[in-house]
Order: sequence, then C-alpha cells, then structure tokens
Amino acid sequence: MKVKVLCRNPDDYVRETNKDLPRVPRNYDPSLHPFEVPREYTRALNATKLERVFAKPFLAALEGHRDGVNCMAKHPKSLSTVLSGACDGEVKIWNLTTRKCTRTVQAHEGFVRGMCVRFCGTSFLTVGDDKTVKQWKMESPGYGEKEEPINTVLGKTVFTGVDHHWRDAVFATCGQQVDIWDEQRTCPMRSYTWGVDSISGVRFNPIETQILGSCAADRSIVLYDLRKPTPLKKASPTLTAPLRMILEMRTNALCWNPMEAFIFTAANENYKLYTYDMRYMDAPVIVHMDHVSAVLDVDYSPTGKEFVTASFDKSIRIYPSSNGHSREVYHTKRMQHVTCVRWSSDNKYILCGSDEMNIRIWKANASEKLSLLSPRERATNNYNQKVKEKFQHHPQIRRIARHRHLPKSIYNQISEQRIMREARRKKDVNRRKHSKEGAVPIVPEKKKHVVAVLE
Amino acid sequence: MSPSKPPKRKVKRYYEEEGEKKPSQEQKKKKEDKMVVNERTSREPWKKKNHQKKDVMSGAEDPFPGLPPVPEDQLSKYERARKAEEEMHTFRSVKSHLRKEESKVQNALSRAAKHDLLLPEEAGFLEGDEGEDTSTITQQDIADVVDITSASKYFTLSLNQFGPYRMNYSRNGRHLLLAGQRGHVASMDWHTKKLLCEMNVMETVNDVRWLHSHTMFAVAQKKWLYIYDNLGVELHCIKKFNDVLRMEFLPYHFLLATCSSTGFLQYLDVSVGKEIAATCVKAGRLNVMCQNPYNAVIHLGHHNGTVSLWSPTIKEPLVKMLCHNGAIRALSIDKTGMYMASSGTDRKMTIYDLRTYRPLQSCLLPLGAGSLCHSQRGLLAAGVGNVVQVYKDTHLSAPRSPYMCLSVKAPIHGLQFCPYEDVLGAGEANFDGLECNPYETKKQRQEWEVKALLEKIQPELITLDPTQLGEVDNITMEQKRKEQVERMGFDPYEKTRFAPRRKQKGRSSTGNVLKRKKKVAIQEKRAEIKKSIEERETAKSNSDATEVQQGPRSTLDRFKK
Repeated sequence: MKVKVLCRNPDDYVRETNKDLPRVPRNYDPSLHPFEVPREYTRALNATKLERVFAKPFLAALEGHRDGVNCMAKHPKSLSTVLSGACDGEVKIWNLTTRKCTRTVQAHEGFVRGMCVRFCGTSFLTVGDDKTVKQWKMESPGYGEKEEPINTVLGKTVFTGVDHHWRDAVFATCGQQVDIWDEQRTCPMRSYTWGVDSISGVRFNPIETQILGSCAADRSIVLYDLRKPTPLKKASPTLTAPLRMILEMRTNALCWNPMEAFIFTAANENYKLYTYDMRYMDAPVIVHMDHVSAVLDVDYSPTGKEFVTASFDKSIRIYPSSNGHSREVYHTKRMQHVTCVRWSSDNKYILCGSDEMNIRIWKANASEKLSLLSPRERATNNYNQKVKEKFQHHPQIRRIARHRHLPKSIYNQISEQRIMREARRKKDVNRRKHSKEGAVPIVPEKKKHVVAVLE
Repeated sequence: MSPSKPPKRKVKRYYEEEGEKKPSQEQKKKKEDKMVVNERTSREPWKKKNHQKKDVMSGAEDPFPGLPPVPEDQLSKYERARKAEEEMHTFRSVKSHLRKEESKVQNALSRAAKHDLLLPEEAGFLEGDEGEDTSTITQQDIADVVDITSASKYFTLSLNQFGPYRMNYSRNGRHLLLAGQRGHVASMDWHTKKLLCEMNVMETVNDVRWLHSHTMFAVAQKKWLYIYDNLGVELHCIKKFNDVLRMEFLPYHFLLATCSSTGFLQYLDVSVGKEIAATCVKAGRLNVMCQNPYNAVIHLGHHNGTVSLWSPTIKEPLVKMLCHNGAIRALSIDKTGMYMASSGTDRKMTIYDLRTYRPLQSCLLPLGAGSLCHSQRGLLAAGVGNVVQVYKDTHLSAPRSPYMCLSVKAPIHGLQFCPYEDVLGAGEANFDGLECNPYETKKQRQEWEVKALLEKIQPELITLDPTQLGEVDNITMEQKRKEQVERMGFDPYEKTRFAPRRKQKGRSSTGNVLKRKKKVAIQEKRAEIKKSIEERETAKSNSDATEVQQGPRSTLDRFKK
C-alpha cells in the first residue's frame, strides 16, 4: 500500500508575528475562480457608478475682472501661471496654486482682443481695440517702476487676434489682413490679404512652425506658409500656401493638434467643430457635434488625444479627437456664455473664461483624484479602467457612464434640434423617394458644410 | 462583424488531463517535444520596441534565448472558454486592437501557467500493492501509516441521541456544522476540534447550512427558517420561509436557496435579507436539491424521476430531464459543472453530461445511493445503506469497484467532502488565499467579506452559461427585426400595401379594383421571373460558347446527363 496524504504545515500559511503581513498564497487555476465574467461585470458596474459618484469637476473660480473675460493665454514654461484679458482692456496674471491675481495691467482702451505669451515665457503680447500691439514683460515692475509695455506698435486698423511663432522672434496679428511682424520692427514684415474684411483668429502650427492658420468672418479658413511671400499656387505636395476654404458658416477659432502637425480643429458658428487634415481639405476628417449654440473657442490637450470647446450655450465640452460626440459636458448655474477656454499643459486642468467676469478651473478628468495616489490606489484605478473599457458596450453600464445632468435650456434645445434634424432627414428621404433616381443625392454629413476650397 | 462564432472551447479539467487522453509512453514523449517555445518577441509584439536593442558588447550569445517554454497541456488548463477570432471582417483599426489584446491575453495565460511551478503542495493518492484492491484498505490502516498530523484528521464523533444528522462544511473547509433531526445543532472548528456553539433548538431540524462565512448559519426547522450566529444566538426567524426541507447557499450571489415540503423553491438574499424569488415548482414535496457550482443553477429532483434546473428570475425550469424510473433520491454536481450524478429509487446511479444532458455512465447499486457528493478533484462519494463508497473517474467508465470504502454502524443520512482538505487526492491541494483561505485571520476575513459583498453577482445573471455575458451578442437579423417591430408598433420593413386610387365614372367598381390590385401583385413576380430567365439564358449562351463539340453525335448521347 502506497499512501500520500497532503499535510500542510501551518507555518507556511500563517504569519510569524502579529507585525508581519498576513500570507496570501495564490493559485490562478480558473476552476478555483468561478463566475469570472459575471464578477468582472459587477466590478465594472461598480467602477462606473463610482466614477459618476466622484465626478466633481469644478475646482475654483478666479474672480477679479471687472468686465467679461475675452481672451486667455497659457504660460509655456510655468504651470501655475495663466493670463487673461477682459473687455475693459485689463490684463490679469493669475497664480493657479494660490488662485490669486498676481498682477493687473490696464493694457488697452476697449477690449483686449487677443493675447499670447512668447515661447520663452519672458514676455507677452496683447492686441486691443485701440489699434495697438503691446509687448509686456512677464515679471512685474520693480519698486518705483511704472507699469509700461516694452514695445508698442500702432497699427492702421483694429487687431482682432495675435499669436507668436513657436521658435523665432516673429508674431502674427490679424484684423483686416494677416500681418507677420518681427519683434524688433514697428512695421509688419509681410501682410497677407485675400480680399476679406475681418479675420477673427490666427494660430501658428506648433510643429510645422512656419505654417499659420486663420479664420475669417466671410466663413473661410485660410492657411499660410511663412516661407511663401505671396499667394502662390499649390507648390509642395504637403504644404499649400495659402489655402482657403469656405464653410457654410463662419469659424470662430481654430487650434492645431500639438501631436499631429497636419491636423487642426475649427470651432464653427453652426454649433459644430470640424477636424481637418491639412493635406486633404475637401472634407473634414471628423465633424464634432453636441453643442447647441455657436462654438467660440477650442483648445487641444497637450497629448493631442482630446480637446475642449467653449460655447455660447453656457457650457464647455470635452471631445476625444477621434470621436464625433463629446465625452463630457461642464456647466454651472452662474457660468454665462463661455468666450475662451484653455487646457493646462500638465493635461490635468481646464480653464475657461466667461462673460460674467470669472475664470473657472475644472478638472480635465471629472472623477480623478488629484492628490498623490498610493501604489495600491493606482493599481485599483488601472484595473477599474480596464474593466470599464472591457464592458463599456453593455447597455446598463453604457447608460450610467453616459448619463449627464444638463441645464433645462440645453436639454430642451437638444431635443428640439433632434426633432428638427429628424424632420430634415424625413423631408430628404421623401424628396428622394419622389424624384428621379440620383436627382437628390445622399450627401454625407462631412461634405455638407464645405462650400468651396480655393488655392 | 460576421455572425458566425468560433467553435466553443471548454476549459480542460483535471479529468481530461488524467483520464480522457490517457497518453501512452510514446505520446508522452511526443508531447515533451511539443513544448511551446514562446519567445518574448513573438508573444509580446506590443513590447517589441523595448527588446530590440539586446546586443551585448562582448558579442556573447544567450544559449537559451527567450522565455522558458511552457508545456501545452499546462497552458490549456488556463485557457478561457473562447479565443478571439482570427479572421475578422471588421475595420482595420479594430482588427489590430483585437490582435493586440489577444496577444496580451496569451501572455497572461503563459505567465499564469508558469506560476504552476511555484505551487507549494502536491495532491495525495492511495495506491494498492500488486493485486490489492484499494477499497479493502480500511481507514485505520491509513491512519496508522501516515504522519501524526494527518492521522489526527481522522476522527469520529459518536452522537447517538439526536440523529440522524445533517452536516455542512464551511467554504474554506475549516468549520463543521452538525444538526440532528431532533434539534441538536453544533458547530466546531474541526482542525483544532474546538466547539464553537452547541444547543438544542427543541424542534425538528431538517437542514443546516453555513452562510458566506463561519459567523452565520441557517437552520431549517420544523416551521420556519432561522439564522444563528457563531455563538448560537438567534439572529433572525424568517417566517416567509416555511417548512423548508433542503437548503443551498450560492456564495457568489449571497443567495440562500431553499425548497420546501409545500413545493416552493425560494431564494433569500442574505446580504439584504430579502426574498428574491419564490417559485411554485408544481412537483409536490421537494426534498432533493443541489447547486451547480459552475453556474449557480439549482437542480431539483422530483418524485417522478425528473430533474429540473432553476434560475431565480425565471418562473419555468430552464431544463427538465428524465433521469430515473423511480423517484430521485440524491443529486450531486462536480466543480466544473459538467457532470451530474443522480441516484433514484430504481437503485441506479447515473452520471449525466450537463453540456448535452445525456447519460454517460450508469450502474446498479444493490441498495441504491441515498446521498451523493463530489469532491473538489472529482471523486464521487455515495452513501449506500451504511457504507460510503468513493468512486474515481466516474464519467469515464461505469463505477464498478470503488476507490475506497467505509462502513459505519447506522444508515447514512448525509455526507460531504471537506473542501481544500486533500485526503488521498480528494480536495484541492493549493488554495487561493483571496478566494477561500482555511488559515485566514479575522482581519483577512473581514476584508474578504467587504470585497465579496461589493462584487455580489445579481441574481438575474444566473444562467446556464455564465461566460455568455462576456461575449459578443450576435442577435440574428430576424430577432432584431422582431424587437424593432415590437418597439415601434409596426413593421417598418413591411411593404405598404397597394391601395388603388378611387376613380370616377364607374371605373372603381369592385371588379375593377380587384383587377388593378392583381396587376400590381403579379408585377414583382413577373420581374423576378424575367430576371431569372435572363440569367439562365446568359449562362447558357456563355456555356455554349465555351463548350467544345466533341466528335460526331452518337445515339447513346441521349443518356448523358
């Protein structure tokens, strides 16, 4: 007779002293872990619910402006600094860690139309309704010194926007035409005109730094190449300069993707945003919907995976850059029309300035814990993230993850617009049904809004 | 995505490893050769970048490049039910994403398989000498041979006053609960032989069951269901549950399933104390019940020889199978949920395959088994009269001679294998500390309790196939359409019926309308016929063109086809 009996030595399974950690022997045999899928599903459900429970995105409001905030600028070198310009010509520099205003400058008479910080972070530029471009030092003036700009340039017309080159001492302003300025000179190096009256915004490409995009009041988006002095026909296969594209309605702002040089997103008056590939301008890559009023500003996250938009409908939305619908909407009772929005350089916060004189700080990820995470917390977070992703299409989980409370006005407008869209679709279908085959073609949403592309 | 599913692959279990394959020496040799060499680069393509710069300055080469190989059968033990499709008809980005995920899964599998080496314990066994039948070896013989600690596990309690007794081991196998029919209830830690509580409820006790941990147990008494704590203090008397005969606790759902002499199957959620479901089974007195540990479906045995399978949210049985010619006496299902053993008053013991619901093996026991029980590693114990017979590999061959035998003084009323107690290869040797831990501390138990409650599975997820929840739901077009019709109240795909316009001057007489209708009705048919004729003709003309006339026609050509 041969006998072998398992005899466990309790010392192998019980901790030696009370101060030790309890021992946890593992066996990964799936038959010892039954109901794997239902348990994971339950975990995913719990994680999704908790995410909604902890979704408290609003952090603080920066108060101090005496008129609506019109523009904002991030500091390229300091995470805690942000600049804002108001409708009364005042520029404020804020410290985000203390949430206090560190400096106030009466920069212009009338609106501060645009502002940007030099790439090195030592000075910033503002343009205003008083037809001037002013360059200011970032440091506050010393004791006894007067608050004065380093340079002031008086232009012929009103400037509506400004942006600085990402490497050189060159900046661009827009107004009646797009002007390229050398910092050392008082007259523009170059001016681009295309017979348009008012250009509302101009942005340099952060990667292909010689490329410049602008949006005008005549519904067009124009791209320029600084290396081409005059309007030229398409020269190189990749870069076209200038290239003009006319949409159905006017574009309010545009922003380049900081990771993909050829991608930019335009915020349009028709409640939508269009992400374009610079190389193929016939149709946008993606149309981003969900806003119920004009979109006023857009800014990409530093990873280029997401962007945030400010809208006239008193809300801001966050879109994944590859998705047509927003993943998040932020609003508060007191926030009015949001005029400008910025995504902080550490990818954690969103700043928005609105008509009722406040700048608000939001979390980019609504349910994220901001303090330092312990390793176990981080492991749990990662696990939950994965499980949520795995079960995201299950109806119950999707319902919870997608649910957002909306103000009544937005909610009603959404349903109203849905009805309108449905009616339009129905009418189209009927028209197609009762006319000759091919007479009423099916136009995809992407192609609907581009009127013309000119070179 | 294409609606076709890849063939379902079930997890290989201990049975199949040992018995079904039965690899001969030659095959074994071959298998050793068939080791899966998983080089890091091929297994983890998403990590490729980090492992390219492996050149050593000295130029020395690694004699054993890549990761150590993992035997294929070891890998298959960890494989989950379904693998991702290789050929997918979907977007390229989705395809690459799925491929990447699949490779990660494979990597995790091989890692888990490699972990097998680190398992501290090995299963036990009992082997007879040449010509010696293992069933003739008595318990005393074994106890004499093995070491003292193992021998101390062999114990007898003589309880001759309040019997017959029902008993239940706690999930981690540490605690034992006893209940005599005449009211004696006792719980003990059987490792240390310490008595936790003992009392007499002064009432008939039908069944007894531990709840999720050893701090609470349920006792089915003459009239109501009672819950006691580990000190024997009555916590609840649940009057919604009356005349309960048998109970089963579903640990992952926190459900206590009971069946009563009034013919009701009831579920109690012990985490919130609510009755989840009460189903009238309509099969008379219910006194045979067992749970399927793989999918938490409850099996009930009936007097007419049928076994019915129940889930709490469905009022009809999921499956009904006729198992015996007489009434069912006992049921038991193994851990993998593949095999069910049943015994009836026709004195037969039959093993059923629960994937096909067909009998696999059957044998006639002289007295018939009054109680059955599977161990964690698949041994089957049958209480036959006053003898306990333990069978091995019952799903492979008809149980003829038992693996072990034990005869006691009185007829057997209840039996159970102690979980995680590997007495000669019955229980699982290596437990998982996060699932059930026989050596857990109080703190560990409390922590586990919180975690377990958080991931309590909802009762509506009890289905025959628990893996279904993680799979793509390929609803057929028809079903989708049916649902849409139900939702919208009309069939959007239905062709609008032709309603002839009303015409003046007597042209809308009944006959005329009918004629016009008929014209439209056959129009489509005609178009279809026309099309098919055209196709046929074009095919014919094509074939005529290609066909080569072979020689002169013969009279026998007419028989050609």
